[in-house]
Amino acid sequence: MALQHITLTVNELVETVDVPQNMTLLTMLREKLSLTGTKNGCTAGECGACTVLLNGEPVNSCMVLAAECDGVVIVTVEGLAKNGKLSNIQETIIKTGGVQCGFCTPGMLISATALLERNPHPTEQEVRTALVGNLCRCTGYFRIVEAVKEAAKI
Amino acid sequence: MINPHPGLPELEYIKPTSLEEASKFLAAHAGEARPFSGGTDCFVRLRDGVLKLNYLVDVKNLDGTKEISFDPKKGLTIGAAVTMNRVAVNPDVIKHYSNLVEAVNSVASYQLRNRATIIGNICNASPAGDTIGTCLALDGVLNIHGMSGSKQIPLNSFFIAPGKTVLQPGDIVVSITLPVPPQGFFGVYKKLGRNVISDLSIVGVTVLGYPSKETASGYKFRIALASVAPVPFVASKAEAVLAEKKITPDVIKEAAQAAMDSITPIDDVRGSARYRKYMVRNLTREALTEVWSKLGK
Repeated sequence: MALQHITLTVNELVETVDVPQNMTLLTMLREKLSLTGTKNGCTAGECGACTVLLNGEPVNSCMVLAAECDGVVIVTVEGLAKNGKLSNIQETIIKTGGVQCGFCTPGMLISATALLERNPHPTEQEVRTALVGNLCRCTGYFRIVEAVKEAAKI
Repeated sequence: MINPHPGLPELEYIKPTSLEEASKFLAAHAGEARPFSGGTDCFVRLRDGVLKLNYLVDVKNLDGTKEISFDPKKGLTIGAAVTMNRVAVNPDVIKHYSNLVEAVNSVASYQLRNRATIIGNICNASPAGDTIGTCLALDGVLNIHGMSGSKQIPLNSFFIAPGKTVLQPGDIVVSITLPVPPQGFFGVYKKLGRNVISDLSIVGVTVLGYPSKETASGYKFRIALASVAPVPFVASKAEAVLAEKKITPDVIKEAAQAAMDSITPIDDVRGSARYRKYMVRNLTREALTEVWSKLGK
């Protein structure tokens, strides 16, 4: 199978990668670019552990072909902190204790970042609805929702 | 050991730049190639081995697939690559087709809807497709590009069986046109899932209603049902009850019963056939009552 040659921006760095045509964006990020913050959960678009921003909008990276990503802009959890400073939502999720095993956290942070970008002052229901595609088996969600509400106040 | 995280099977990604090229490729590789936009259904089935393909043909670069436009005469046209989230925030959709927004937002999660499309939902031909009911009730027409050029197929004659449609080798659904809803229309989508949001539907009931001079009751109702028959369909017997008789709570009950009698559900992991029967009756009654309360005022 021929490799696909793609150039894309990942966390503000331009990357050129040769990818097998059946490789997902998730596998490319983890295995070609060593960005293992993005997690592989269900590979069915259900759990949200692999959520990244594609051209500013959250998508399940297990459901996107890397070959489709020529010219796109990707942000993963590794790209949320700027100049060594954590983003607001990263700070507040630590403060509220919204992290336990941590597996869902990268996807949660990406979905929450996207929500606050399109709706800077969400209601609690809007927060919960926005995070419906991010499953967490540890926290019971309460502290994660609190973290998003706290971040919206900053 | 079963690999819990299977990759996609080996396949080639094809990115045609014209409809002609895409149709030609699909016709030449019938049975081993499929058009896709978001892949939210077919990736899962490819991983499960239910679907076997050698080629995925991206429709996102093709003419007419990226547009969503409203014409006060022709209605709303939604391209095959227009994501559900784009539909949900479109001002014309919000203004004229509000129940489509409701149906779209009932699908899975926000990030999935950034990839999923209404055309994909339709072409997947799942009995449970959440957005299909509204498109059926609004008499949607599919705009298709095939080997012999363009053609139009009404949505209500599109489905044959679960996963099966009338599409021929080389056919690509480019867009769907939803005619302008009638004056004074109001619609709802009632979805029963195992949880409040994000699940597949156990039962999906779409009800639209509007004042009409053509019927004895003075109103016309459209009722489309999902997840309760091999394909989503319009419950015409229930509609007829509401066209013929003056609308009262008892007539609404009778129509809901007719909807229940018209379905042929199966038992599956999400619910039993018997449960679906009763829930169709209850949700149809609920939906009709809600629509009627808006129309009656």
